Amino acid sequence: MSVNILLFKITLILYSVSTVLYLVDVVRRKEKAGKTGKMARWILLGGFVLHCATLLVRYFEAGYTPVANLHESLSFFAWTLVGIFLLFDVRYRMTVLGAFSCPLAVILMLVGSTATTTIKEVNPALDSWWFPVHVTLAFLGNAVFTVAFIAGVMYLLQERMLKSKKFSALYYRLPSLDVLDSINYKCLSIGFPLMTMGIISGAVWANSAWGGYWRWDPKETWALITWFLYAALLHGRLTIGWRGRRAAIFAIIGFLCLLFTFLGVNLLLSDLHSFKAMQGR
Amino acid sequence: MNILVVGLSHKTAPVEIRERVAFPPTAMEKPLHEMLALPAVTEGVIVSTCNRVELIACSRDSDACIGQLKRFLATFHNIPMEQLESHLYDYRGEEAIRHVFRVSSSLDSMVIGEPQILGQIKTAYGYASEFKTVGLILNRFLHKAFSVAKRVRTETDIASNAVSVSFAAVELARKIFGSLDDKKVLLIGAGEMCELAARHFLNNGASSVMVTNRTYERAVKLAEEFKGQAIPFDEFPQRLHQVDIVLTSTGAPNFILGHEKMEEVIRQRKNKPMFLIDIAVPRDIDPKVNKIDNIYLYDVDDLQGVVQANLKERHKEAKRAETIIDQEIGQFFRWIGSLDVVPTIVALRKKLEEIRQGELQKTFTNLKNLDKKERQAIEALTSAIINKVLHQPTTVLKQAQNDSSGSDYVDAVRTLFDLEPPPAEDN
Repeated sequence: MSVNILLFKITLILYSVSTVLYLVDVVRRKEKAGKTGKMARWILLGGFVLHCATLLVRYFEAGYTPVANLHESLSFFAWTLVGIFLLFDVRYRMTVLGAFSCPLAVILMLVGSTATTTIKEVNPALDSWWFPVHVTLAFLGNAVFTVAFIAGVMYLLQERMLKSKKFSALYYRLPSLDVLDSINYKCLSIGFPLMTMGIISGAVWANSAWGGYWRWDPKETWALITWFLYAALLHGRLTIGWRGRRAAIFAIIGFLCLLFTFLGVNLLLSDLHSFKAMQGR
Repeated sequence: MNILVVGLSHKTAPVEIRERVAFPPTAMEKPLHEMLALPAVTEGVIVSTCNRVELIACSRDSDACIGQLKRFLATFHNIPMEQLESHLYDYRGEEAIRHVFRVSSSLDSMVIGEPQILGQIKTAYGYASEFKTVGLILNRFLHKAFSVAKRVRTETDIASNAVSVSFAAVELARKIFGSLDDKKVLLIGAGEMCELAARHFLNNGASSVMVTNRTYERAVKLAEEFKGQAIPFDEFPQRLHQVDIVLTSTGAPNFILGHEKMEEVIRQRKNKPMFLIDIAVPRDIDPKVNKIDNIYLYDVDDLQGVVQANLKERHKEAKRAETIIDQEIGQFFRWIGSLDVVPTIVALRKKLEEIRQGELQKTFTNLKNLDKKERQAIEALTSAIINKVLHQPTTVLKQAQNDSSGSDYVDAVRTLFDLEPPPAEDN
């Protein structure tokens, strides 16, 4: 087992422990983190540091930015998700957010650990410094929108309970609608520029690699659809006062599109962005 | 030494009985001194609230003491014993400790988690220490009860959800708006519950209150009370979009706010959420309004439902509180056990004997050429010193065991000679 895989596995274990602690804390306490919540945060932070090391080691072992196959992409996605969550955690200190985000990171890592991990020759087109720029921007955008999705789900749950006046135990654990809506807005205002820059950097890179900015391959098409969706939401929020439930639903639909753009296209519709294309032909 | 509780509460006695055995807080000296004068009682505290009357006592003879305390309650209040007895409960030893811990942590209250009871017990303890009817054991016991109550309050959520309708409204508003700072409240009509809720909103950060009433003078009067603004009744619909929280309780026979009007208002507000609380019966606001996005409408029954849900949540937390109490009981019970005189004397003797043996060993290894007789003489000498030294303390301890100062001496001896507390009996 190579070093990066070993590190990957330890990271996965730390994330899992942290997830369990977050869940325990949420079941036992409300909103503000208790002792378990604090422990969960530190373990998660430890996991994140290890994850950084994992990616670095893999980068040096492989010789390219490690996002060229399913295993690497999922690991990278989980890394950005945990990183973004930790950033949000500094501002909001919400254990519930951790209890929703960490399981997602663990699932990404688990699926990633079943995919093949061998390092193969990569397509020479990837040997460009645009590659890490494009990929990092795109993934950071994805991670921010994932947090928006989580906040959206929490919003809908909380709103449902407040409207129907039937309260489950979760009601006491979830933050206020206002906080959830402001997370939605914050994510949108961070995620949208990231995504836009991701797409632009991709286009510029495509131009330098293949001499054309836009080729309408499925990934590009779907990214554009998703981009329009988020653009509509941002516009609605800023001008006509869309908020609350509608914004939450949009964030959820946007995330599903995003997921399809990220995974569906690479696995189902193959073209430039597919993992096969990334390996040397 | 044993801790005992005799008393009655809302669970065992109707209010007609409770009010007859209550002790007026202004005259606690007489009952406290009479209680301490009972032959079996060495220390005593009287807790008297509208929901419970309890005598907490310390005694060497549990059975006699419980009988005396019951008779004391009956004769002090001139109630025939046969009428009172069926309502009384009594606890001793570990059960008494658990009971007092549960009461002070508000687990035994009518509304679980209500905060007053701890203060009431603190007051009761205050009287007892003012009139010097508490000694070492009850002092330490009640302080322990206070710290257990504090631990329960901070480590569980037993007191964190509102169990009154007006507070429930404030909490719902927090779930919707996050913070209530800068939120504006509109009060339509008047009514005790409505005004109480408005006051809670103001105390929790709401920035201003507008008041409207069919009789404008009443609106002005109420507005003055809240330092708010009075609005003529036919003008309030134009102001609706400026407020975040609406409280209504008018005597109107029909809805005063309909679906269409509220749809228009929420558009004007660019979908900023609104919280409508309709306390009127018959209702003031069309229930269909709740279907509009970003508007949350609650009527009296809904708020009652929230209160019920919160109570259920408190009961769940109460279970966690019981485990905390279990942990604390064991610790305290062991300390109480250590205060018995006989085991203390035994432990003291054993400690000194160990020292004597150790020193003898050292001396005999240094003086190798002592003969048997000389050794016996030295042994007898040291043994005699110990007996002489211990004679007076032992006598004092044995005498003191029959009055309230006994535990103080035992505790002092245990501290001075660093005696281990005896192993817990429950192990």
